[in-house]
Amino acid sequence: MQFNEMTIHELRRLLRAGEVSSQEVLEAVLARIDEVEGEIGAYLALCREEAFAQAQRADEMLSKGDASPLCGIPISLKDNFTTAGVRTTCASRLLENYIPPFDAAAAARLKEAGAVLVGKTNLDEFGLGSSTENSQFHCTRNPWDLSRVPGGSSGGSAAAVAAGEAVAALGTDTGGSIRQPAAFCGIVGLKPTYGLVSRYGVVAAADSLDHVGPMTRDVRDAALMLQAIAGWDPKDPTSARQDVPHYEAALTGNVKGLVVGLPRELMGDALDAEVKEAVFGAANLLESLGARVEEVSLPNVEYAMSAFYIIISAEVSSNLARFDGVRYGYRAAEAEDTVSMFIKTREALGQEAKRRILMGTYFLQAGNYDAYYLKALKVRTLIKEDFEKAFQRCHVMISPTTPTAAFSFGHKTATPISMYKSDIYTCTANLAGIPALTVPCGYTQGGLPIGLQFMGKPFEESTILRIGHAYEQHAGLPVRRPEMEVKANG
Amino acid sequence: MADWEVVVGLEIHAELLTKSKVFCGCSTEFGAAPNSQVCPVCLGLPGSLPLLNKRAVELAIKAGLALQCRINQFSMFDRKQYFYPDLTKAYQISQDGLPLCSGGYVELLVEDTVRRIGINRVHLEEEAGKSIHAGEDIMSAAYSLLDYNRAGIGLIEIVTEPDIRSPEEARLFLEKLRLLLQYTEVSDCKMEEGSLRCDANISLRPRGSSAFGVKTEIKNLNSFRAVQRALEFEVERQKALLEAGEAVLPETRHWDEAQGMTFSMRSKEEAADYRYFPDPNLYPLKVDPSWVEAVRAELPELPDARRDRFMDEYGLSLYAAEVLTSSRDLADYFEECLAEVKDPKLVSNWVMGEVQRWLKAHGLEAASSPVRPKDLAGLLGLIQQNAVSNIVAKDVLEEMFTTGKPAEVIVEEKGWKQISDDESLEAMILEVLEANPGPVADVKAGKAKAIGFLVGQVMKASKGKANPQKVNELIRQRLQV
Repeated sequence: MQFNEMTIHELRRLLRAGEVSSQEVLEAVLARIDEVEGEIGAYLALCREEAFAQAQRADEMLSKGDASPLCGIPISLKDNFTTAGVRTTCASRLLENYIPPFDAAAAARLKEAGAVLVGKTNLDEFGLGSSTENSQFHCTRNPWDLSRVPGGSSGGSAAAVAAGEAVAALGTDTGGSIRQPAAFCGIVGLKPTYGLVSRYGVVAAADSLDHVGPMTRDVRDAALMLQAIAGWDPKDPTSARQDVPHYEAALTGNVKGLVVGLPRELMGDALDAEVKEAVFGAANLLESLGARVEEVSLPNVEYAMSAFYIIISAEVSSNLARFDGVRYGYRAAEAEDTVSMFIKTREALGQEAKRRILMGTYFLQAGNYDAYYLKALKVRTLIKEDFEKAFQRCHVMISPTTPTAAFSFGHKTATPISMYKSDIYTCTANLAGIPALTVPCGYTQGGLPIGLQFMGKPFEESTILRIGHAYEQHAGLPVRRPEMEVKANG
Repeated sequence: MADWEVVVGLEIHAELLTKSKVFCGCSTEFGAAPNSQVCPVCLGLPGSLPLLNKRAVELAIKAGLALQCRINQFSMFDRKQYFYPDLTKAYQISQDGLPLCSGGYVELLVEDTVRRIGINRVHLEEEAGKSIHAGEDIMSAAYSLLDYNRAGIGLIEIVTEPDIRSPEEARLFLEKLRLLLQYTEVSDCKMEEGSLRCDANISLRPRGSSAFGVKTEIKNLNSFRAVQRALEFEVERQKALLEAGEAVLPETRHWDEAQGMTFSMRSKEEAADYRYFPDPNLYPLKVDPSWVEAVRAELPELPDARRDRFMDEYGLSLYAAEVLTSSRDLADYFEECLAEVKDPKLVSNWVMGEVQRWLKAHGLEAASSPVRPKDLAGLLGLIQQNAVSNIVAKDVLEEMFTTGKPAEVIVEEKGWKQISDDESLEAMILEVLEANPGPVADVKAGKAKAIGFLVGQVMKASKGKANPQKVNELIRQRLQV
């Protein structure tokens, strides 16, 4: 196996043993990028020179016996994490040439751990979308089938990890933006509890829903990445003062006695038959490993998507208002006065961003606030309570991550609602702030990966990582890698 | 003609005297080079997040306590959204539905009666930056310059109830409010630096009516005098409209200081919808009672209480007590001097008289007076010992202000020591009596007033150094009256 296709924990062993250097791993990743990036389009920017300098430093640290598991590992960041001195665009023309003066907290922690930043990955503009088709620069293709989307909005990060263009990546998840592309690209994605990982330096889509999390090849890697980025950050006012457990130690393989809830409302009609079968198959496997599967109910979950899109739109309309051309980023030329400068500058936003801004503005208007925004907040509270009640009966819950496997380009762009429904199983965890993990659980007949979602109680990442890991170890999925050249030609 | 009642409510913004801004660590110092006191947070750079300054909350609580407000244990931060180049996030973090402080009052002494003006709320928010337009206004300017040093400085907004009944009362209220905020060191309230700003709402109604009339809001009020003048203009304008049977339009009006008139800016129907909603980055602010008590313990004696104490403890008149407590510095100055001299009348006369006169003439405050309370006490001590006369003492004080020397040294150097010994005085008195036979005869004839003339002549002969009481006494003895 090539170094660029290995997991973090495999590379950790080799790097520590001196069997490979960080620079060699980086070379393998960059070689792969040169080979497939033209097809995949996972990246918006590569940081070759800085990456080599970091790899060299990592090799020095390793030679001194540095114990950090991420030391020397090539990773990529979604391009909505600010990076000091490195362009951060959010896939928007408004920030096409924006170079931030500071590092996002999560990026800084990865750097401290010795990780090597390969580049910044593509996304739907400002994280608004479920297919990465809303990137204003280019599309990213799903390595499993180049005619299909990688999911979104962290589609670039998912595709990069799946295609061997990075060993692991960070994404952000506002309604499923880590988990849905991870499921579409056959990798592991974790959205931690709200407040566990600092949002400082993440260009906000919706502050109350945005989460930072890892996208990796397996559950152990997710645990290692989470370990590096989790924990209180004084720069994030919503950061939790919470002790961070040792996540890798939780991966015991033992799930005996765990009660697994299967929310009946998440196994409904919208669900694709192959996906449904895969989820039931997973439930059976977990029972065979000693867990007990029980049906549970989340009665208000049917309102989740409506509430979610009201809240996200309201916050987006507020957060994107600062891109007015005054202080940084793109400014429209030839405006007659300040107001026309605002208007012309903001015309550069993409369709979906404009749609969310208009919706959010509408929901927050004086006459609409109570009927929409306030009501959505109430639904959000009810959904949180649903989860609290259900978690009195079970330790974790499972559901599909997505209603279907990866869809084709253009398939949902004409009807925004159908695109929004991609988040139907994931956005509830953002509303409730609870941790959720997606793990590959099979393939469609067409060979596309399917994801299984594990949801846990607040700050119980250890539990979902433990059961996700046990499932992954026993699922016996055929080890497949995307064979994109064949597909591309076929 | 109907008798109209004036109804005024004020909205005041005061910058907090915190060292750093309300949501970041940048300095709040006034007058720094443009855009030198900024960071990703106050510039609203993508990815930055606000961190609430605890001291700003404490100062807002202090203001609330000084204004007799209830400090709410649970308050919220909201986003007030609008586009303007000096607003870096395109929203201002403010408090809309649940403010930090509510329901207080301020008491004013208006023509010897106590008037109570209700305070609706005091809430915490952030400043915007400063725009300088190269032209009339933002829309016609060829370009605008922006300074974000001010962006993110902590502010309190104080909203009164519509309890103010005259333009003069509005000014008196503002003076009292400024006094309270300065006393408590919440704000320096410098209108010229923009650290205190005021908008006024005004309407008229027939006296006796309980319903409110249509109000206008007046902006661009740059001094307390401007507030009073603008309201006076607006009273007349509205009265003329109402008496002509026309309607007052609900609108925002701009005060033009040079022309002494208000002009319509925009109607209230066109007013912006700020689309307030809770800032998801800032959790509700919880203030538990023990924190409020800790802040209360920091409060100095408030001006009303101090005024009353000055009257009770020192026997000062209401007028003197008001003047001396009209600033914390002045009251401190008075009390520090009094601690040594122990004669409230003497100290208050000098502080309110000569000291204030000199400071005003030189544009100084009591706190920055070159003659410190101890120095003044030195001079007043000399008066008490009859070592200098009151007249000479005024010259001594002038010398003290200009040279910085202590009173005793000046008196010694200038040879201004008061002459009180009988021998020296007798000689001067004899000369004066001989030179003024007419007045002497008048005195002997029972015209007591003429004694004053003779004392004055002796004083003149002594160049002010004679002790006037002593002289008076000796003349009476000699003339046997």
